[in-house]
Amino acid sequence: MTDPTPEPVIALRGVSIGYTDRAVVHDVDLVVQRGEVVAVLGANGSGKTTLVRGLLGLARILTGEVELLGRPVGARGRSRWHGARIGYVPQRHTVGGTVASTVREVVSSGRLPRLGRVGWMREADRAAVTAAIDAVDLTPWADVDIADLSGGQQRRALIARALASEPEVLIMDEPTAGVDQASQQALARSVARLVELGVTLLIVTHEVGPLAGVVTRAVVVTEGRIAYDGPLKDSMIGAPDGAHDHHVHDPAGGARRPWLRPTIGGR
Amino acid sequence: MPVIELLQYDFMRRALVAGLLVGLAAPVVGIFLVQRRLALIGDGMGHVALAGVAAGVLTGAAPVWTALVAAVGGAIAIELIRARGRTSGDIALAVLFYGGIAGGVVLISLSPTGTPANLNAYLFGAITTTSRADLVTFAVLAGVVLVTSLLLARRLFAVSNDPEYARAVGLPVLSLNLLLAVLTAVTVVVSMRVVGLLLISALMILPNAIAQLLCHSFRASLLAAVATGVVVSVAGISTSFYANTPSGGTIVLFAIGVFVLAALGAAVRDMVARRRHAAAEVHHAHEHGAGCGHDAVAHDDHVDYLHEGHRHAQHVGHYDEH
Repeated sequence: MTDPTPEPVIALRGVSIGYTDRAVVHDVDLVVQRGEVVAVLGANGSGKTTLVRGLLGLARILTGEVELLGRPVGARGRSRWHGARIGYVPQRHTVGGTVASTVREVVSSGRLPRLGRVGWMREADRAAVTAAIDAVDLTPWADVDIADLSGGQQRRALIARALASEPEVLIMDEPTAGVDQASQQALARSVARLVELGVTLLIVTHEVGPLAGVVTRAVVVTEGRIAYDGPLKDSMIGAPDGAHDHHVHDPAGGARRPWLRPTIGGR
Repeated sequence: MPVIELLQYDFMRRALVAGLLVGLAAPVVGIFLVQRRLALIGDGMGHVALAGVAAGVLTGAAPVWTALVAAVGGAIAIELIRARGRTSGDIALAVLFYGGIAGGVVLISLSPTGTPANLNAYLFGAITTTSRADLVTFAVLAGVVLVTSLLLARRLFAVSNDPEYARAVGLPVLSLNLLLAVLTAVTVVVSMRVVGLLLISALMILPNAIAQLLCHSFRASLLAAVATGVVVSVAGISTSFYANTPSGGTIVLFAIGVFVLAALGAAVRDMVARRRHAAAEVHHAHEHGAGCGHDAVAHDDHVDYLHEGHRHAQHVGHYDEH
């Protein structure tokens, strides 16, 4: 699945990330090539979410160098250039709320970084939004109030929002958490389709579960450092061990696998 | 038509135009405030604007402009406080609000000609005293609010809908929030002669509350809110002339009346829909789609899937028996 000529789309060298001056993620080196599907695994509080939030400009890069798609990322904020090319699917169970908005309206907001100064939607922009909705099988619900959809469907709407800017890299935070079995299958179908399209994926997750088939590489984060980086092992796919994972014990291969959570019944 | 009859009076013509401007602009700003769960922030800005009005009376400057300066300053302060701290933000806002009212009352008492009674016109609205110059000012300000918020509607929507995501895609979140705060402040000042500073939020929020009962998309909500804002403004101002009641309170009571009617209407609509509508298994875990394993049957405007001997059709987040 990797391109014959490796082309790094994410490159971190000696990177520390935090929300204040205190680092949560320490001294990380990580290179992701175009076309890879990387699962970022770790317990709650391990720093895996902070790691990807640093890439998204949602946490501060304190030291080291970050290059995304060959362009350096500054310590503060994020450019629209990166915003358009690196899609983000936040960890969220629901979208919308006080004001009604359709799937199409929410997905359209993902197209913003590709729009011009004034922000008009052109024909090509509308087509990209329609294609993004179709890619996650939500076409029949495109003009329905997003709050009326099921949790799994809302999650897919957020994926569509990230796809609307036609990103080269997609960062997903816990895409399967709290999603029922049937929706997980629909979700896995959508992800497989993205892989076929050549999108590079970075998936932060407790359990690889339904996505095991497409993941090409696993990165395990423990106490803010990368503890494992290599092929996905069977032990990481998500056998329920029932343990709550606030503490990490011997993540390199102990009997307990606290960075993995049961698929159902968590949270 | 009673409204046409009103047009022969100069002061009523001006009042109706002022009401129309507020009815148009307030719901447009309000929809983003509702989306951000800041429905009451307009009230806070009204309090701060009061100090500005008092400063105007004291110094002999035009109260509209001093109120504008105070409200915009307060808006920026509120937004920066919100962006900075999490825990103290709420209390800092309260300090700003009370400071506005207290400052207004004290400043007006320092004025040789002023008594707190001078503030009444601003607290409760005094639309029929709107001068031609006031009207031009309001028209310009309302125009700026409308054009800016409609041009930036997509961005304001994204930032209000999901600020974290907006930041991740590179939108200037703080600038857009500051802009919305300033637009709110300007709307507060435009509205203060029409509905009064104490009722300011009503025209930003109530039309949107009504629209939320009836609409299922952002675009429809916005249009419905603006239409409601215009209708209740004009109806309220006309009625206040005949009934000899204050315009602000009359407009707001009209809006609340419409809200109650809309709530009843929505309840009846939902009840009828529930009767006519047979939902499939409550926990329909499987999601039908192309290649899902169930036979699809094209049926007029929708597709039914054959599922264990009965037909399932997609409907808003679940399946109906067809």
